[in-house]
Amino acid sequence: MAKYYSESHEWIELDGDTATLGISQYAADSLGDITYVEIPAPGKVVAAGDILCTVESVKAVSDVYSPVAGTVSEGNSDLEADPGALNADPENTWICKIDGVKTDATDGLMDAAAYAKFIETL
Amino acid sequence: MDETLLKTPLADEHVAIGARMVPFAGWFMPVQYKEGILAEHKYTREHVSLFDICHMGEFKAAGSGVAEALDAALARSVADQKDGVCRYNFLLNEAGGVIDDLIVYRMGAEEFFIVVNAARIEVDFVELRKRLPASVRLDNLSGATAKFDLQGPDSAAVLTSLGLDAAALPKYYHWAKFKLFGLDMLISRTGYTGELGFELYFDAAHAVEVWRNLLACPGVKPAGLGARDTLRLEMGYPLYGDEMDESTTPVEAGFGALLKLDKSDRAFVGSKSLRAKPPKKHLRGIVLEGRRAAHTGTPLLLDGKQVGTITSGTFAPSLGCAVAMAYLDASQPIPEDAVFDVELHRAVVKAKLAPVPFWTHGTANPKA
Repeated sequence: MAKYYSESHEWIELDGDTATLGISQYAADSLGDITYVEIPAPGKVVAAGDILCTVESVKAVSDVYSPVAGTVSEGNSDLEADPGALNADPENTWICKIDGVKTDATDGLMDAAAYAKFIETL
Repeated sequence: MDETLLKTPLADEHVAIGARMVPFAGWFMPVQYKEGILAEHKYTREHVSLFDICHMGEFKAAGSGVAEALDAALARSVADQKDGVCRYNFLLNEAGGVIDDLIVYRMGAEEFFIVVNAARIEVDFVELRKRLPASVRLDNLSGATAKFDLQGPDSAAVLTSLGLDAAALPKYYHWAKFKLFGLDMLISRTGYTGELGFELYFDAAHAVEVWRNLLACPGVKPAGLGARDTLRLEMGYPLYGDEMDESTTPVEAGFGALLKLDKSDRAFVGSKSLRAKPPKKHLRGIVLEGRRAAHTGTPLLLDGKQVGTITSGTFAPSLGCAVAMAYLDASQPIPEDAVFDVELHRAVVKAKLAPVPFWTHGTANPKA
């Protein structure tokens, strides 16, 4: 499945109208050891660019933004007890799933190659 | 990097082994190495870590009348301090506010070694010089002196593996002189982690070789200022600038018993104010509900009213919850079982008073 990235370092994978969302390796490395993940509550309605939740590391607090509009259908409750999973394997650790996402929602996002170039400019 | 930042002799060593460097107290310092703060914290609690603390300052005060002069210059007694002993002490202003917290080492009848905070080296030197008579020579050895902290339950075993006699290692809050890697070193059994540990002082010209030699010892890993901060907060140890400054007295910071203000009439700079004025606030330990940290300056609310302020806080890796230090206003009675509200980024969490140290399994002092 194609993966898309935002400039605020979230990734999504879109399957039908359901997006699975996480944060990029770059975001996880920048934060350092993650100690807390606010798990988005099912039913939360977000517009593209809205704050979805907060992630905290020993030395930083950071908001996670939703790159797409939709409704949160599920949060990854494993992260409550094991927030460090986001450091260990951020590209394969999801934070939440968002339903009702339009198929053209990925238009303004970057594919993996474009994102790799983008983080080189930072 | 910011070109105005000061560098310890080890800055290039840190960068070479993958440290993340940050500004701290005007210095370019490692906040963490590759394994990260949580791993470094845990490793210090369980094994042994090496910290570059070369940014801190060291003075030598020596000469006729130095003990009596320091006794009047500092908040805790110096005159009765025995050779070989280290004593935590305070340099106060006339109002009783803390100019610096420091450790005084008695080196002899008329010689002392004083270890001060990095950001306070110049201020302390000027202030101490003013308080010492012309017969006392005060030297600032900060640039010429390297300071490494070797901290963790395995730290004594590392030193003995390098040829030091286990029986000769100093007791808690004592120091001794040794030859290590062929160099003269002053080693004290002190630290800022709560674990068995030593602070090593030696000629800064040899800092790089000593750093490499110690990291080459089996089991020794580097740890940065990030872990140093989480380790000290779990012990409830104050950090100058967060828990103490010139408007805070050591009584307010919880060290009233050390000053023995009622038990003697010893006079020192600040003693009149401390005896005359009751504390305006009290430093306390706080445990927060959950893992989110409260940071410096966050208000403590009780029934919607501010009754205190967080001075520093962190997720406590050894405890699995967030802890903080906070000043509570002395003007209002606050029940010991009070439940505070603490406003964090987009959330409010509950918090309670808790005894310090938060971490009670430290190996620093077996008698404590």
